[in-house]
Amino acid sequence: METNETRKTLLEVKDLRTYFKTDAGVVKAVDGISFKLSQGETLGIVGESGSGKSVTNLSIMRLIQSPPGKIVGGEILFEGDDILKVPESELRSIRGNKISMIFQDPMTSLNPFLKISTQMVETILLHQDMSKKEALKKSIDMLKLVGIPAAEERIHSYPHQFSGGMRQRVMIAMALSCEAKILIADEPTTALDVTIQAQILELIQELAQKLDTAVILITHDLGVVAGLCDTVCVMYAGKIVEKANTDELYARPSHPYTDGLIKSVPRLDKAQNGKLFSIEGQPPNVIDLPPCCPFHPRCSRKMEICTKQYPPVVDLGKGHEVACWLYAENKENSTDE
Amino acid sequence: MTKYVIRRLLGIIPTLLVIITISFFIVRVAPGGPFDGERALPEVIKKNIEAKYHFDDPLVVQYGRYMFDVLRGDLGPSYRYKDHDVNFYIFQSLPNSMILGVIAISISIIFGISSGMLAAVKQNTWVDYLGMAFAIIGISVPLFVIGPILQYIFAMRLGWFPTSGWITGDNGWITVILPAVTLSASNFGTIARLTRSSMLETLRSDYIRTAKAKGMRSSVILFKHAMKGAMLPIVSYLGPAFAGIITGSVVVEQVFRVPGLGKFFVQSSFNRDYTLIVGVVIVYSVILVFMNFIVDIVYSLLDPRITYK
Ligand SMILES: Nc1ncnc2c1ncn2[C@@H]1O[C@H](COP(=O)(O)OP(=O)(O)OP(=O)(O)O)[C@@H](O)[C@H]1O
Ligand SMILES: [Mg+2]
Repeated sequence: METNETRKTLLEVKDLRTYFKTDAGVVKAVDGISFKLSQGETLGIVGESGSGKSVTNLSIMRLIQSPPGKIVGGEILFEGDDILKVPESELRSIRGNKISMIFQDPMTSLNPFLKISTQMVETILLHQDMSKKEALKKSIDMLKLVGIPAAEERIHSYPHQFSGGMRQRVMIAMALSCEAKILIADEPTTALDVTIQAQILELIQELAQKLDTAVILITHDLGVVAGLCDTVCVMYAGKIVEKANTDELYARPSHPYTDGLIKSVPRLDKAQNGKLFSIEGQPPNVIDLPPCCPFHPRCSRKMEICTKQYPPVVDLGKGHEVACWLYAENKENSTDE
Repeated sequence: MTKYVIRRLLGIIPTLLVIITISFFIVRVAPGGPFDGERALPEVIKKNIEAKYHFDDPLVVQYGRYMFDVLRGDLGPSYRYKDHDVNFYIFQSLPNSMILGVIAISISIIFGISSGMLAAVKQNTWVDYLGMAFAIIGISVPLFVIGPILQYIFAMRLGWFPTSGWITGDNGWITVILPAVTLSASNFGTIARLTRSSMLETLRSDYIRTAKAKGMRSSVILFKHAMKGAMLPIVSYLGPAFAGIITGSVVVEQVFRVPGLGKFFVQSSFNRDYTLIVGVVIVYSVILVFMNFIVDIVYSLLDPRITYK
């Protein structure tokens, strides 16, 4: 397992905050998130639905719909430059070229009015110095790489003529066609059926390794994380509650939420009296959250202070960080927020 | 596709037959007849005239005869205008209405789509507000108000255009502009609003986000990625838009003295000139049915997800 220090840092997210103004109030979808991504690393972001995973990654690409959304604070350093500050033209040369993205929903993410070939070729032509013919050939090669049969003919189809799994493969092929340095895959397999899920994930991993691409893999499946990721960030209500090396996280899950997540993954090797563990309660509403630990209503180890103050981030060593009062040394006057 | 086109074209025939039948009977149900003038004709003369036009036959027989003529392309004699038959009047006036209608619909489409797109791209700026204000005016102010206002400002006050007249007159093509603009107003408004909302929705869609994530320019995204999808509702609206042009032209032709079909439509109704009414209705129906057919074809060409078998 590689550690972050041995490789160059590609992307550094610092205290990112993305809020949505809605009629019900301000949704703090992402509220002070920091992490680093090194070259060739695979970083997993896990968390329940609504915890802010997609918003985090859309913010990195500056793709937040505004209004209602707005990145209200933080920095996103890509190779030293703050993406949030670069001009539109430079942003375009980052998008798709240096950082590319696979979206959550393959059914709606491809343009239904344009042929696959058009959509793939335009991506390649945008960032690479090639003729149309070469670009088409490269597109076909990419489709073959992701396992689309009869790619030469099928590339001239429209998206609706493809199944969901095939469309996601097309998205992957498209995202990888420009040899970006970072690939963001937002739950690339959630919309697909189980048999294809594993294939797609293996495909992403294989291609990323081949091209030495760093990957941010968003998922709510801890099983996926264990197999693919070097590092994991666990998100809860717009914040990262625990961040560690994958092995470390599984060996020593420290946040009660992480612990619960790991326990709720069905396992065959441990008897569980036929019952699955589940975390009680509902994910919190991220509108107008009071300054407390957002997990405390569902936490089995909750303390008095958890209801009053957000916990500080504690370093447990080896880059293992956790935001939980259980590990804070000074429980009375810690000032994190 | 070819099969579909043929089937649709064949389908037009029964539609038209039904329209002709219904209008044939409806005009006769209305009280009064073509020969009931202000001065009542002497009974004998009236009888004679009615006999000449076969009004004394049973209605079904009249209907059969009329249908037979129509199918041969003869819309019959006018009961009021004695010099010529219905075909003559229609072929004389239809081209004028067509020119007016085509120019009007082109204005609505070109200006409607461009202001709608501009409004969507510049959402919530003064461009948006101004465009939508014009759209609302176009939709809500009736033609017989817009027409005279334009005449007053641009013809009488500024003298840029003649108040009325037609291409065939002394002033030539410039006479088309005011009536065409008037006639385009309501469709312009609807198309602008439709374009704006459908463009806004399209720009929020996932596939546009994908295009942005690929690093594409916003102008390319707008025209290459968003345009087709955003145009679908506008294409669907074109069917009703043509209908609006037809009813609107009846008014506009009166206001601007355009020698079009509209005049005959109105006058023939007052005159209970049965054949002329039904004749005009047939012409309008053929245009409408045919336009709807073309709209469907265009729609299917735009949207690859639609396949006709
Ligand atoms: N356009 C928006 N307007 C208002 N709120 C939004 C918008 N987009 C996202 N949010 C809110 O931001 C929060 C985080 O959403 P996000 O899509 O990042 O969740 P997620 O972790 O990706 O969940 P999932 O696993 O379901 O994809 C949610 O509470 C959501 O309601
Ligand atoms: Mg998501």
